[in-house]
Amino acid sequence: MPAGTLYRGREGMWSWVAHRVTGVLIFFFLFVHVLDTALVRVSPEAYDDVVATYKTPLVALLEYGLVAAILFHALNGLRIVAVDFWSKGARYQKQMLWTVLGIWIVLMVGALYPVLGHAVREVFGS
Amino acid sequence: MSTETPTSAIGDVEGVSPYGVDNPAPVIEPPRQRTGKTPKGSRTNFEMYAWLFMRLSGIVLVVLVIGHLLIQLVLDGGVSKIGFAFVAGRWASPFWQVWDLAMLWLAMLHGANGLRTVINDYAERDNTRFWLKMLLYTATVFTVLLGTLVIFTFDPNIR
Ligand code: HEM
Ligand code: HEM
Repeated sequence: MPAGTLYRGREGMWSWVAHRVTGVLIFFFLFVHVLDTALVRVSPEAYDDVVATYKTPLVALLEYGLVAAILFHALNGLRIVAVDFWSKGARYQKQMLWTVLGIWIVLMVGALYPVLGHAVREVFGS
Repeated sequence: MSTETPTSAIGDVEGVSPYGVDNPAPVIEPPRQRTGKTPKGSRTNFEMYAWLFMRLSGIVLVVLVIGHLLIQLVLDGGVSKIGFAFVAGRWASPFWQVWDLAMLWLAMLHGANGLRTVINDYAERDNTRFWLKMLLYTATVFTVLLGTLVIFTFDPNIR
């Protein structure tokens, strides 16, 4: 590992760090996800048993985290494409980052009820 | 601001250049110049195509993955409706089979290529880097083949 440096970047560096961390997380999830989906080739019971854990409140929280990671990686990925291919992309990269974060917050609020609603009902009783 | 006169060969931006017709600046070779000694493996444009693939696959994945999450987590009761019967219903349609197949291949290749970059960045010892990438490629080929097999051999009447 490179030794610690004094470089502390600004928005551009932190968005790059977040893009990298979310990308790696999604990749590891996908690996496990293909394995669990493969259980449909074992038996309906084996598949339904594993999917049952996906419906527990704790895992619902992880799903919300996954949605957060995907939405950030997807929106910021489009920003990277714009920086690389749009002639004014680099000049507006900062404004685009704030736009990405704004859309991300709106979508995360919108995902609250669909993704976590059933967990809240289970934990606090209908 | 320092006001000392530059002692190096590189002149001030606004200053008078120390070089001229009779005193030409030394030629600096581009660091990645391709020569006869360049190994065969680095004479292609692989990295440029990988860079382009990350951007093109990313754009397609926005539709595929966010659509997938909408179907699995939001619409029609969210995660609660998922089960063997639900999957059987979806994979009865070639449209969703192709959707899932494209998502599997694009996401795995995009993610694997991204992880290759991450490994190249942080694993400094040649040996470590080599074995981490072998592990990555093995896991990627295995996952893509398994996922493809599952879509093509899915049997709703397995029992
Ligand atoms: C927690 C969120 C998720 C749930 C509940 C979920 C659920 C499912 C289900 C039920 C299937 C079976 C086939 C179908 O109905 O289409 C499936 C397949 C698949 N999902 Fe997801 N998914 C989630 C997130 C993701 C993400 C984030 C990705 C991509 C990065 C992804 C990629 C895939 C792929 C590639 C397949 C096909 C697997 C195969 O070929 O065997 N899923 N998912
Ligand atoms: C949802 C749509 C997606 C978009 C728009 C997108 C976009 C991008 C772009 C443009 C890059 C290139 C970064 C660069 O070359 O500097 C990238 C990197 C990466 N992506 Fe994605 N991506 C998406 C989905 C995914 C998925 C599903 C995965 C995991 C399976 C993933 C994992 C990665 C990884 C690991 C990197 C490398 C990060 C780095 O080098 O710092 N991405 N993404």
